[in-house]
Amino acid sequence: MAQSVIVQVGQCGNQVGCCFWDLALREHAAVNRKGIYDDSLKNFFRNVDTRGAGDGIDISKGKICSLKARAVLIDMEEGVVNEILQGPLKDIFDSKQLITSVSGSGNNWAVGYKFFGSLYRDQIVERLRQTAEHCDCLQCFFIIHSMGGGTGSGLGTFILNVLEDEFPEVYRFVTSVFPSGEDDVITSPYNSVLAMKELNEHADCVLPIENESLFDIVSKINQMVTSGKPGQTVKPESLVTSNEGGIKKKPQKKPFDTMNNIVGNLLLNLTSSARFEGSLNMDLNEITMNLVPFPQLHYLVSSLTPLYTLADVNIPPRRLDQMFSDAFSKNHQLIQADPKHSLYLACALLVRGNVQISDLRRNIERLKSSLHFVSWNQEGWKTSLCSVPPVGHSHSLLALANNTCVKPTFMELKRRFTKLYKKRAHLHHYLQVDGMEESCFTEAVSSLSSLIERYDELDATKDLPIEDQRRLNIVI
Amino acid sequence: MSIVTIQLGQCGNQIGYEVFDTLCRDLNSTQGFCSKKENELYETSCKEHFFNEEKNGVPVARALLIDMEPKVISQTLLKAAHSGRWKYGQHSHFCQKQGSGNNWAYGYSVHGPKHKESIMNLIQKEVEKYDSLSGFSTIMSMAGGTGSGLGAFLTQNLRDTYPNSFIINQIIWPYGTGEVIVQNYNSVLTLSHLYRSSDALLVHENDVVYKICAKLMNIKQISFRDINQVIAHQLGSIFQPTYSSEGSFQYRRNLLGDLMTSLVPHPEFKMLGLRNIPQMSENLLAYTTFAWAGLLKHLRQMLISHAKMEEGINWQVKPPLSGVPALEKGPSNKDPHFNTSVANLVILRGKDVHHADLGGFKDPALYTSWLQPSDAFNEWRTQRAFNKYEKSAALVSNSQFLLKPLDTIIGKAWNMFASKAYVHQYTKFGIEEEDFLDSFTVLEQVLANYCNL
Repeated sequence: MAQSVIVQVGQCGNQVGCCFWDLALREHAAVNRKGIYDDSLKNFFRNVDTRGAGDGIDISKGKICSLKARAVLIDMEEGVVNEILQGPLKDIFDSKQLITSVSGSGNNWAVGYKFFGSLYRDQIVERLRQTAEHCDCLQCFFIIHSMGGGTGSGLGTFILNVLEDEFPEVYRFVTSVFPSGEDDVITSPYNSVLAMKELNEHADCVLPIENESLFDIVSKINQMVTSGKPGQTVKPESLVTSNEGGIKKKPQKKPFDTMNNIVGNLLLNLTSSARFEGSLNMDLNEITMNLVPFPQLHYLVSSLTPLYTLADVNIPPRRLDQMFSDAFSKNHQLIQADPKHSLYLACALLVRGNVQISDLRRNIERLKSSLHFVSWNQEGWKTSLCSVPPVGHSHSLLALANNTCVKPTFMELKRRFTKLYKKRAHLHHYLQVDGMEESCFTEAVSSLSSLIERYDELDATKDLPIEDQRRLNIVI
Repeated sequence: MSIVTIQLGQCGNQIGYEVFDTLCRDLNSTQGFCSKKENELYETSCKEHFFNEEKNGVPVARALLIDMEPKVISQTLLKAAHSGRWKYGQHSHFCQKQGSGNNWAYGYSVHGPKHKESIMNLIQKEVEKYDSLSGFSTIMSMAGGTGSGLGAFLTQNLRDTYPNSFIINQIIWPYGTGEVIVQNYNSVLTLSHLYRSSDALLVHENDVVYKICAKLMNIKQISFRDINQVIAHQLGSIFQPTYSSEGSFQYRRNLLGDLMTSLVPHPEFKMLGLRNIPQMSENLLAYTTFAWAGLLKHLRQMLISHAKMEEGINWQVKPPLSGVPALEKGPSNKDPHFNTSVANLVILRGKDVHHADLGGFKDPALYTSWLQPSDAFNEWRTQRAFNKYEKSAALVSNSQFLLKPLDTIIGKAWNMFASKAYVHQYTKFGIEEEDFLDSFTVLEQVLANYCNL
């Protein structure tokens, strides 16, 4: 089975990454009762004999010895990474997987991309190579970063370029956390738009996430947990935000932890069918194949359901069907968007747990009349069934939509960018970085504009009647 | 004569397992409704085609498992070993670490050439085990990348390496919706390539099998296993032994050869559909009796009216008046619902099989004008009942059965192709727009041929 490597960049990237590793370990612990290093573990973890010197020797079979994450952790500050190294997850990383600095990128994309990029390029390539060499079949890099800051946004997209140069055959999936309107980083529109150009050109697929949506989901769950209506008790370990049984035993204080867990779960479910068996497998390379009809239209809106499971477990089919309905509702999306009232280019349903093909078909039949699909992809559904459910659930669904509903997010970004750029506010902080020119800004915004235009063109076809294309004539 | 089954991709491997398991369970069945000696002959003949006998008596399937991803193969090998009835050969599989990602081009242009030598060697080793080879039967879906792309590549190579052997491709036709988004592209590319190198394409439509599970088998929550078992039953109903000729009690030796002679009289017509009767849940089966006349009346109407199963048959459809001279029999004065055949084969299994009258299938009006019923129609029989059905009939038909599904797939793929959506995923691996156009042309031609029967 093929392997994946996670590249977590910047504060946000490392925090989300950590949640992912914690969840992944718990998931495998729940499934892998015998402590044998198997193919599904191999996907994200090395099994290493640490007694030897140096890098340790990979043990390909047998008992789990010492698990090491297939990850590269990069930050231009030390805080978060140090915290990880002192925390409960320290054993799965070693110093050879890290790159840190002390000065930070000052919320400046140019510092991250241009300055740190050229300064650390060789070291980054070396770390990536080492990690890649431990894989016998490296399939995919997952970059986790945020768009608003300096390191994640700048250095994160720099690494995206490096990956394309050095590993052209390996897929590049990017999980990008987009800034919210009330972002406290004043330059976040610049950073995001500059980063967007790189995502447009060098990513195979991007999963945009908005903090606001994560926040709304967390509040909704909290409301449910505290309401405590009779018969409505929520199973504690079933929350998508939960750390129950995980590394943090105390009640969670940081609101970001719960939000990051949602993103961690997204990645976990995204890769579940590639890791575990099922009656209808979906490998990672099938995601881009099915969901990306044109190279640049590779932004996938995701939604996770259920967000929690009620304590009484006997799920009637109605509840299962509810899961499918929820996946298309506005308030389950991980960005502020309404896919139902926009145009679908393609849609994937990744189902886990005790769900059969008949359940899938019934729900697609039920839902498809309420959704608009682009004329040339009226049956644009891709599905997978993975037999292993997430910890604490009997079943779950991750929906990935290539849908024009991402457009408002991009338009808002452009609006906020233009507002700053008109006044040329803070521009000098960028232009003083070596290699940064004003054309970087104009090119970035025009790249974003043309992306928005592509979505506009598609939206314009939404209400046109669907006609068959004239077929080839056969002369007999 | 032996048949080497090649299971390709997730779908092909899962179904392949069920096929061998069905064959084996049928051999072990105590409900064959025939003498012990008869049963032994039947078993010998089946094994001659599909199994090797190992020293300890466990039959070994004459099959190769091929996938570009290890999960399904290891699962399938394990399931067979655990069945206790049969198993796969020790070195009979080939897998890689990374699948074709639903990309036909990747299976055909990357995996194919890269692993050609290993796979063809594996096939050659298997073939060398047998005194006589009847041919190959591949099982593959059209929707994905490995079964379809690699399947098409291998079929071409089989044709080149074994020009005198028969190749039949078992094709799993995708659902209208909901499996793989690029399935119509993959299907068009698969079908057009297979049409050049295969002897016959035996089609299993997922939508139809699904409906059979829901309506006839009465299954509430349908799993892939249920679907695959129905397909396995249908295949078994063709592949299990039958007498070699009318009145004979010798079992047929060259199954694939006879199948082709009966059903593919012309190289432009090689799409075969399959209908079975009866099909029902096991619980019901115990309380039902059948008469040949009734079964065959239904089967005949299913044939002429395009019915996909024994429910919702349109009884209004009638063949065009026979006795009208062949020249005037063209498509114009025909009931639009009427299904014209090139060739048909009916296989009957079970009690009193020699009393079953197949006269209804020999009406010249059922067939295209350029073939006489004596050439176009064949019947195979055996007294041995199959898979717990006291009496059962299977119809393999080279007819307009697949006209509509083919037209739908070409239409959907063509609509998508007009917008050039997803084409870049194929050109990345060397399948260009012209290749698509060639494939469309081949299939439009096939469609036109069947249309003008």
